[in-house]
Order: sequence, then C-alpha cells, then structure tokens
Amino acid sequence: MSTNYKGVDYFNLDELLSEEEKMIRETTRDFVNSEVLPIIEHHNQAMTFPKELIPKMAEIGLFGPTLPEQYGGIGINNVAYGLMMIELERGDSGLRSFASVQSALCMYPIFAFGNEEQKMKWLPPMARAEKIGCFGLTEPDYGSNPGGMITNAQKCDGGYVLNGAKMWITNSPIADVAIVWAKLDGVVNGFLVEREFKGFGTPEMKGKLSLRASITGEITLQDVFVPEENLLPGVQGLKGPLSCLNQARYGIAWGVLGAAMECYATALEYSLSRIQFDVPIASFQMTQEKLVWMLNEITKGQLMCYHLGRMKDNGTMKHQHVSMAKRNNCEIALTICRMAREILGANGILDEYPVMRHANNLESVKTYEGTHEMHTLIIGEDITGIPAFRVS
Amino acid sequence: MKIAVCISQVPDTTTKVKVGGNGKSIDPAGVTYIINPYDEFAVEEALKLKEKNGGETVVISVGRDGVKETIRKAFAMGIDKGILVKTDNELDSYSVARNLADVLKEINPDIIFFGKQSVDYDDSQVSTLTAEFLGLRSVSVVVDLKIEGSTVTAEREIEGGKEIVTSSLPVVISAQKGLNNPRYPNLKGIMQAKSKPIEEKQPSFTDNKTEVISMRLPHGKSKGKIIGTDATAVPELVRLLREEAKVI
Ligand SMILES: Cc1cc2nc3c(=O)[nH]c(=O)nc-3n(C[C@H](O)[C@H](O)[C@H](O)COP(=O)(O)OP(=O)(O)OC[C@H]3O[C@@H](n4cnc5c(N)ncnc54)[C@H](O)[C@@H]3O)c2cc1C
Repeated sequence: MSTNYKGVDYFNLDELLSEEEKMIRETTRDFVNSEVLPIIEHHNQAMTFPKELIPKMAEIGLFGPTLPEQYGGIGINNVAYGLMMIELERGDSGLRSFASVQSALCMYPIFAFGNEEQKMKWLPPMARAEKIGCFGLTEPDYGSNPGGMITNAQKCDGGYVLNGAKMWITNSPIADVAIVWAKLDGVVNGFLVEREFKGFGTPEMKGKLSLRASITGEITLQDVFVPEENLLPGVQGLKGPLSCLNQARYGIAWGVLGAAMECYATALEYSLSRIQFDVPIASFQMTQEKLVWMLNEITKGQLMCYHLGRMKDNGTMKHQHVSMAKRNNCEIALTICRMAREILGANGILDEYPVMRHANNLESVKTYEGTHEMHTLIIGEDITGIPAFRVS
Repeated sequence: MKIAVCISQVPDTTTKVKVGGNGKSIDPAGVTYIINPYDEFAVEEALKLKEKNGGETVVISVGRDGVKETIRKAFAMGIDKGILVKTDNELDSYSVARNLADVLKEINPDIIFFGKQSVDYDDSQVSTLTAEFLGLRSVSVVVDLKIEGSTVTAEREIEGGKEIVTSSLPVVISAQKGLNNPRYPNLKGIMQAKSKPIEEKQPSFTDNKTEVISMRLPHGKSKGKIIGTDATAVPELVRLLREEAKVI
C-alpha cells in the first residue's frame, strides 16, 4: 500500500550490490507493483492463487533462475535470487511460496539428483512454467519428524508401486508433477509422480486463515505405478528432501524481509499522516521506538542474508547458517507485521492495508520449512554437539 | 530493418528535487536516475518492430557517463547496441538534437523512435528538431503505429480527439503513453546487458541556443480551508469559489 515504495536500505547496502543484482530486484519490484499489489487482496479473500501471473513470472525468468542455461535457467547468483524473493514476498508470501516450491523444492532436486534425461525432460518446461511441480514430504502424522514417514514404495516389474498420503502440500492441486518422498526398503527415496498416473489424487485443503493466496492440498497415493525412469537416482535417505528444504529456507530467509519491509513502510507512512492529540502519531516516542525497532531488525536481517548469499555463492555456507537466518528473519518479520498493525490502530485490521495479510501469512512461514523450534535445535546441536530432537 | 531509439536519463519521478547551489540546475545528491518513462514506450515499439521484421535495434543517448546505466536498462529489455555521446555539459534541446542528428546520419536508420518528451525539462522539442536536422518526416505523440512495407500509419492524440496520419519510411516517431505496454526487463536480458557494446562518441556540437538563468521550486500549496461539513456549507463554498478563488 505504501506509495512510491523505494525499498528499505538504511545501511546503504545497495553499495554492496552489482548493477545486475539491483536490476533483477527492480524488475521484480516493478512486476509486483503493477501486477500483484492491485489484485492480491482479492485472491487472499477468495482463497485463490493468481494463476494468471504464472506465465508472466516465467517470462521474467523467476523460476529456477540460478540453474545453468542448458536446463532453462539463467545462472544468476544467490544474492540476486534472494533480492528477487524479497520483492515477491513483499507482494505476498503465497506468491513467494509458489516460486520457492517450483524452483527450490522441485527444480532443484531434479537438477541435483536427477539423471540427464530427467533434467532435460522436466527442467526447461518447469522454467517456462508449462509444468508446475509440488513437493510431498509432510504427512498427517509426520511433520517435524519426516524420517518417520509411512508413505512407501515397493519394487515391481518395470518400476515401483507407491502407497501413502501427504498433507500440507503447496500447489499439489495444480501440479503436473509431484516429487514424492517415500520409503523403499526403509530408505527414503524421491519419485517423480505425474498427474495422469493412476491412483494419484490431490484434494485441496480448505479453511486456511493464512497463506490464503496459495493453494495447499493433500497427495493421496493408492497403488500408484511409477516407472523405473521416474526414480531420482542421485540420492537416498533423508538428506535428499532436507537438502531441498535447505534451498527453500534460504529463499524464505530473504523473502520474509519483503513482508516486513512492506509493513514497515506502510506503518511509517501512516504514522506521519495520522493525527492524534493534534500531531502525527509519529511524534510520539513510543511510536518512534516501534519504527526504529522495525528498521533495526530489518537491517540486521538484510546483513545476515547478504552474507549468507555470498557464502552460498562461495560454497562456504553451512545448512546451520540457513537455519539461523530462516529462524531469525521469520521471527522478526512476524513481530514487525504485528507492530505495524498496532501503529495502524483499527485501520490495521482492514483489508485496505497489507499488514494483517502479511502477519497472517507469516504464521505459516514461521512453521513450514522447519519450525522455529526445529531450527533452534539444529543450531543448538551444532554449537553443543548434543542433538536434542528426541526425548530419550 | 535498422531501428534507432533515442533515450534520455531523468531523475526518478518520485524524487523530491532540490535546486543546486548555482541556482541553475538541480542538486544531483540523493537523486536516483531512471530511463525517461516515455522512452520506454519508444524502446518497446522498437523491440516489437524488430520481432516482426527482424533487423537491429540501437539506442542513442547524450549525457554523462552514468547514462550507461540507462542504456543497459534498454539492453535488458532487448535492445542490441548503444551509442553514448558523452558530455558533462548541460546541453539544451537544440544541442542534443544536433548531436543526435549527427550520429543518426551515420547509421541511417529506417525508423527513429523518441519518447514524446523527457520528464525532466519537458521541452518536447528533441524529436522534431532532430527530424528537421535530418530532413526527415516526423509524427509526434503517437498512440498507435502500423508499418506495412514502407507505409507508416500513425494515430496521434490531438486536443479532444484522435488524428490518423500516413507517412512513409524513413520516419521519426515520438511515442505517447498508450502506444504499448513496455515489457519488464527479464532476468536473461539483464544478465546479457553487460556484454552488449556501448560505443562512446565526443559531442559534435555544444553551442547551446538557450541558457538557464535561474531555477526555482514552485510555491508551496497554501493551506486548505474547511468551511463546513454538510450541505449547509454549499452556498458559502460557491461564493468563495466565485469571489475568492475566482475559478467559477
Ligand atoms: C501453508 C503450508 C504449506 C506447506 N507446504 C508444504 C509443502 O509444500 N510440502 C511439505 O512437505 N510440507 C509442507 N508444509 C508442512 C510443513 O512443513 C509442516 O507443517 C512443518 O514441518 C511442521 O510440521 P507439523 O505441522 O506437523 O507440526 P509438528 O511437527 O506437529 O509440530 C507442532 C509443534 O511442536 C513442535 N515440535 C515438534 N517436534 C519438536 C521437538 N523435537 N522439539 C521441540 N519442539 C518440537 C514444533 O516446533 C511445533 O511448534 C506446509 C505447511 C503449511 C502451513
């Protein structure tokens, strides 16, 4: 809602960015300003995803852009990718989720664990968004603990038979292909399950009060025959799905700053125009304290992401670094959105302003891709050497 | 087909400009520069034409070294080549047009696009002046353009209506909002922009015909006045509009 939005850059971090990185951010921002902001609240209320934007996003090159050109990518670096995620999530976390799922959770595993035929078959059409993917890991009874999954694969003539159920799967109702993680002889493996395979179902989940402009569904697998060539050959065990999550978490760590920036910018503008006791509410020390806290946390989050991106590009990033950035930035972004709501007073709850939508969205974002607590335990194990996931 | 687009770099339209210490130009501190918004329509039209007929697109600009950033924005949209007539001097419309004409004479394009005006000085002169220096036909403020063979049909905005004009190639066209929807630079274009060539030239003409004597900001708006909150205030409102504001 903030007019003339110019981004938030209190620490002149733009000085650290290349011209290409800035241009990629600008083009994504222009797209979000003209195509997303005018329609997103409607989709949020109607609980629909703005599907009409998918081809435009593909045309700009927002899907799988870090991949090499022969697979439909553009070879942009990870900082540019992160900046792009900030702008998308400034539009809506649902839009960023769509991009994360397509790029980080679906194209990435095919790129990293697929064979050459699988890469050529899937990646270029997925970059053009002619094929939509989804990522099926979570099950009704296994969320934070995916290693316990029940979904399984049995070897049969020419392939595998899959049985089980996945839940909370972003984009499953509109996906052409699902990366389904299932146990084969007790070991987690990745399968490319195509829409037309018999026994494959994707009922939509209703009643979400968060991430409403994103489609979420189940995946049901009833004796689904998956041919041999649809097994991802490059990985066995939980590190397969976890490495995908790491890619997606990386994008989330950046993305949520976009929601926070939008709420901060909205609150700042509002506080300067809303008059109480004859002065703009920005004149009150308590309002200023809130605004400063918001800006301060956004700036710290930007610094963290910026260096995280450079480490990812250099190959020095550890997955625990990603956990810290995801954990911190989701937490502060959610707090910033709630503070913005307070500064806007009653107006904060209206759909005229983006703050309540962002705050609600971030409830999901804080939980998916590893809850706040799981990231705490991941970092905790890293610094103490003691895993604390299980009560022994 | 050889397609040229003349573009300029202007302060971002949302910038709050300040007059510089010399009282004759704006203070560049803190100003972000963008491609002149009308030039985006010109670039888009050039790209559409190339997609239809093939050929080569080139952008030409006159200005400081920093203008290269704007040229690369045009590259990111899909333009093939750039020429910068590099100068740190403030050139007036006449000088800019003379420089552009000298460059264009060498390339000899089939069609030359401009934005209808640049939103910094708002002179709206450069496209027509350039056409005149080149001895070319020119159609300005164009909102629709068709080119078949060498026949050019352009729709232009006139006061209270539309005018259809025919002409033929080579021609100079100045673009108005509505001509097309400029594309977003895509990521691929952005990544390729750096490797596209920008040729630098010395200005061939710097003898301005006009000189800025002084520059000032407009007077701030005077305070509004609330004369009532319901229908009973209407007669007083009408009286004030008539007698004080003298607008009715
Ligand atoms: C909108 C949305 C979209 C999603 N999209 C996808 C998708 O595309 N694909 C997919 O596979 N999944 C998806 N998910 C699922 C998401 O990843 C899971 O919800 C998440 O992993 C948490 O699992 P859970 O909800 O079962 O919570 P649980 O694991 O049941 O956790 C409940 C609470 O217990 C805490 N807890 C659990 N274990 C521990 C422990 N050892 N120590 C301390 N605290 C603990 C958690 O932190 C949390 O606070 C999505 C979820 C949402 C909301």
